[in-house]
Amino acid sequence: MITVELRKLVARPRVWLSIILLCAVPALVAVLLAVSDIAPPPGQGGAFLSAVLSNGSLYPAAALAMVLPVFLPLAVAVYAGDAIAGEASTGTLRYLLVRPVGRPRLLSAKLVALVVYILLAVLIVVVTALVVGIALFGTGAEAVGQAGGVTSLSGASLGPAELALRLLAAIAYIAVSMLGFGTIALFFSTLSDSALGAALSSLAVLIASSILETLDAAAPLKPYLPTNYWLSWIDFFRDPILWHNVDRGLLLQAGYIVVFFGAAWANFGTKDITS
Amino acid sequence: MIVTRGLTKRYGRVVAVDSVDLDVRAGDRYGFLGPNGSGKTTLVRLLLGLVYATSGEIEVLGQPVPSRARAVLPSIGALVEGPAAYPHLSGRQNLVLLDAAGPGGRRRTRRRRIEDALEQVGLAGVDRRPVRAYSLGMRQRLGLAAALLRQPRLLILDEPTNGLDPRGIREIRDLLTTLNEGGTTVFLSSHLLSEVEALCTRVGIVDRGRLVVQDTLTSLRAPTGHVVVETPDAAAVVTILDGQVVAREGPRLVVRHPDPADLNATLVREGIRVSAISEERRTLEEVVLEVTGHGSDRLERTP
Repeated sequence: MITVELRKLVARPRVWLSIILLCAVPALVAVLLAVSDIAPPPGQGGAFLSAVLSNGSLYPAAALAMVLPVFLPLAVAVYAGDAIAGEASTGTLRYLLVRPVGRPRLLSAKLVALVVYILLAVLIVVVTALVVGIALFGTGAEAVGQAGGVTSLSGASLGPAELALRLLAAIAYIAVSMLGFGTIALFFSTLSDSALGAALSSLAVLIASSILETLDAAAPLKPYLPTNYWLSWIDFFRDPILWHNVDRGLLLQAGYIVVFFGAAWANFGTKDITS
Repeated sequence: MIVTRGLTKRYGRVVAVDSVDLDVRAGDRYGFLGPNGSGKTTLVRLLLGLVYATSGEIEVLGQPVPSRARAVLPSIGALVEGPAAYPHLSGRQNLVLLDAAGPGGRRRTRRRRIEDALEQVGLAGVDRRPVRAYSLGMRQRLGLAAALLRQPRLLILDEPTNGLDPRGIREIRDLLTTLNEGGTTVFLSSHLLSEVEALCTRVGIVDRGRLVVQDTLTSLRAPTGHVVVETPDAAAVVTILDGQVVAREGPRLVVRHPDPADLNATLVREGIRVSAISEERRTLEEVVLEVTGHGSDRLERTP
């Protein structure tokens, strides 16, 4: 069933369109920066954006910072919200279940496909951003004097190998954050027969969480909000790496994954399929 | 093949299926008839483990459902409330995915089984266009092909001829008859009387969730004890068979008589020209109208 889900993922035009759109935003920003040569002053604008003009190999990090707060969760919500509800609305859910595919098995395959989708999306964004960044801004060899060298947020210099490693760690962290959010959408997807409804409900959770985060009165809730530690992947680009928030973020997302996947499991396993 | 005991399904306060005792035997072509909204589809969903019963038992192929559904479902081909497929993929791609999704679909034989099933339903020549571009009839045929993919012992089909033209309906009926003669039990749920009358050997009639009749088609269509006679000498017949004529409509007479051969002999002896004579049997329509009420799609104004 997992291979079937992955084949469906690959064969779906919508999947590739969403990933292309994800890549288009950073590419557009890169072109605008390169043409105008006006970087946001340090400390303002998107993370890393002030640094990319001197070194294109940092552009993937800047691209991630651009897509993470809105576009990436949007794509994840649409994909995960479609998981069960989409099958229900096309009517294929009943045929899969009488094939028979066990309900837990189907749900697990959907989760695996979600993980693959997230990794695929993030990796493609990073790769295209790397290509675009280096093509438009160079590798920064002339500035630091050492090819591929990058200045970390804390000021110390990072070699290309070190940078690649940290980028991979950041990708993994972002993937886990997205999976935590995606599992919420997956749960909504088992509640409704409307993929759109499931996607919008999970986006409502995202927005509510973002609003509460800025509210001082909600401070006691803050450590438990799903979006709270999303931006902590930036800590991978500090020297030394700031593990404090990263650890908490991973733990929190693991909690969300377990709770909402469990809820999806319980609901889908006992539900009457009337679609 | 299918046995249910006291099967009941409630959705909130609505009773969709009400203590149904179904009995489908091996080799049957079973027609499950009922007005719209009488609980046919819910019963089909219960049999396939899609919906869980409120109370009662279900046994399919000798195994309890839903608890042993995983063991039973691979030998069942089903069409539930219309066909469904991924619209952006071709018919063949859809069948490949469905076959690969569950147990009992050998990979080595997959291509051949798909071609065989498409051949059976008359889609062998279908090209690579996506299902989105299929007509309703083509989708219906594709759904049937999916049900036939693994040579099932039992076919559970909900309105299988929906969207087909008269020739298509005939083709599918012939296909089902052939499969049935090869040993496949067919359970067909339909609101189309003609469909069931032409195909089925046993009939169950459901009304507002209750199974009101379950019998063979032949005994449901028992002779009424009347004989229909057509003759140009209708007036003469009325005088000869005084009191036995129940109804007269031009040259057509309905006569109370146990044996048409006997009656024919009598009439000929009297010099009456008989152009047609036959035993009157109840039509399935009469049986259904007698035992069922209005479908739930008709809503009267409450005074």
